[in-house]
Amino acid sequence: MSVRFRVLSSFSIDALKANKMRSFLTMLGVIIGVAAVILMMSIGQGAQQQVLSRINSLGSNLLTVMPGAAGQFVRSGNVNTLTLKDAQAIAKLTGVARVAPTVRGNTLATCGNKTWTTEISGTTQEIADISSLEVELGRFFSETDVAGISSVAVIGQTVYENLFDAGVDPVGSEIRLSGISFKVIGLLKSLGASSGGPDRDDTIYIPVTTAQIRLLGKTDQSVNQIQVQVQDLNQMGTVQDEITSLLRKRHRLSDQADDDFNIRNITQLQTAAQNVTGILTLFLAGVAMISLIVGGIGIMNIMLVSVTERTREIGLRMAVGANKQDILNQFLYEAILLSLTGSFFGIVFGIAGSKIFSHFAKWSTAISIQAVVLSVAFALIVGVFFGYYPARRASRLNPAEALSFE
Amino acid sequence: MSTLPLISCRGLKKIYPLSGVEVHALRGVDLDIERGEMVAIMGPSGSGKSTLMNIIGCMDLQTQGSYYFDGVNTSDLDARELAALRNKKLGFVFQRYNLLPRASALYNVEIPLFYSGMYGEEVKNRALAALSRFGIDELADNLPNQLSGGQQQRVAIARAVVNDPLVVLADEPTGALDTTNSLEVMNILQKMHIEQGVTIIIITHEPEIAGFCPRKLIMRDGKIISNEISSSDVRSKEV
Repeated sequence: MSVRFRVLSSFSIDALKANKMRSFLTMLGVIIGVAAVILMMSIGQGAQQQVLSRINSLGSNLLTVMPGAAGQFVRSGNVNTLTLKDAQAIAKLTGVARVAPTVRGNTLATCGNKTWTTEISGTTQEIADISSLEVELGRFFSETDVAGISSVAVIGQTVYENLFDAGVDPVGSEIRLSGISFKVIGLLKSLGASSGGPDRDDTIYIPVTTAQIRLLGKTDQSVNQIQVQVQDLNQMGTVQDEITSLLRKRHRLSDQADDDFNIRNITQLQTAAQNVTGILTLFLAGVAMISLIVGGIGIMNIMLVSVTERTREIGLRMAVGANKQDILNQFLYEAILLSLTGSFFGIVFGIAGSKIFSHFAKWSTAISIQAVVLSVAFALIVGVFFGYYPARRASRLNPAEALSFE
Repeated sequence: MSTLPLISCRGLKKIYPLSGVEVHALRGVDLDIERGEMVAIMGPSGSGKSTLMNIIGCMDLQTQGSYYFDGVNTSDLDARELAALRNKKLGFVFQRYNLLPRASALYNVEIPLFYSGMYGEEVKNRALAALSRFGIDELADNLPNQLSGGQQQRVAIARAVVNDPLVVLADEPTGALDTTNSLEVMNILQKMHIEQGVTIIIITHEPEIAGFCPRKLIMRDGKIISNEISSSDVRSKEV
């Protein structure tokens, strides 16, 4: 069998060599198809890696505790189940590095004759480390400021640009938030716009106590979220469980009751983002595969022409002893050879295309083994599928009729 | 079984369904050919010569009747066994040579050997030996279009006999050749018949070609109408 395979495949190679131009044009469909699959998948997977690395930069050891049951789409401001005391209790758990409770609100900020509507983030000094906030001028507020309910504010770049003239040092200036006077003690470095998300520089940070008591009037000490930084990534699960049982105890929930809070971690976000970009990648690959199918139809087309052209040759081969299987295999090998050779060039062009794309579009691409294996496997299936019909047609010719074919 | 002749046909009929009309190419042919005979089949176009040849060569199946080749009823064989039979026991020579145009003379002769499952040096040596039998081994690397008609037909004969068949079937082997080459081809066939005892069946229009054969069949309208066996020294007069 292997001898027969070698001989028959050599017949196929000879036939393809004899018609180089036609063989190349037939392969072109497969070349483009395979290159497209590899290119599209590398773009999709590059996007995936980019999104994931951005999410990671948010801090993968972060847990966010939100009020309200999981999956309940209520505005968190309306659910008051988390308090400052919860945050203080969480801070005492082992494995917890930092805790930053936050209340949020929108306010009208005034400085001299300039006004700007912006977001207030009432939090603790820990947020600076958790959210990687860096101060450009002045300082961030301290634990003392939080404890002393100080009216101090740290402003983001966007706030600065809208309330101050360029070049003016804002540190020490007075600004008014909803009519209450605050002293600016620091200006943050720009965090850069998060793609599609809110402007992270358009925020004023003030102590959580001040925000609750003076600005937002939250007498119940409720907070919108508590961000928890865990010491060790491996402890994420344990700490999450501990926070859950702690809060259930503190909130006096009976065993049957659902949690009145929910804990999110970056991993969940990563999973979600991975799912979305994974679907995107599959979609791109799917579109590219259509071109592979078109390439396969090209193979079938040419093989049918070739079978007709070589009818006498088929008859002669049958006369000197080829059986149906030999003829079928010879033409099938031709189709497979076309798609495999096409795949090879497709891989080369796909990888080159992906490199060129990432160079000019400044978009990192990732070539995966899966993309290569998938596209070659698919090209092979296409070759066999579309090569089989012409090959079978050749093998079913009657030897006597084939020989006398004009 | 051993009492049967090499080729034994009884009541052979072949009907082609041609666009609704049935064409009766053979209307009942009885024919026995013994081992080592050299037979010419003559007759006008459409008399069924080629159809009979195709059935004898296991290239086509009869619609009715029986055909025993080398003691075996060919109706009992499947397509694969028929292909093996053509490969091992039958050799074909055609009017238009039917060489693969893009393959060398040597390669053309090697093809039947490949289908017998042979490979490597043995294939090349046997093919070269077949070519040298007809004095064209020095043309082994030439493509068919670099050879004269006579040379091409000799390559085709080498291909037909490379597997040492029992029977060589030649369908107008000299139809495309001039007199000199025709005579040469016939001498080759006759030599095989005399020296190796190969059974040879030739379809021809030309009485001179048929003159090489001790036995002449004449067909008309799908039947054998004349079966004439001459004394063996008739041919020496014709050369």
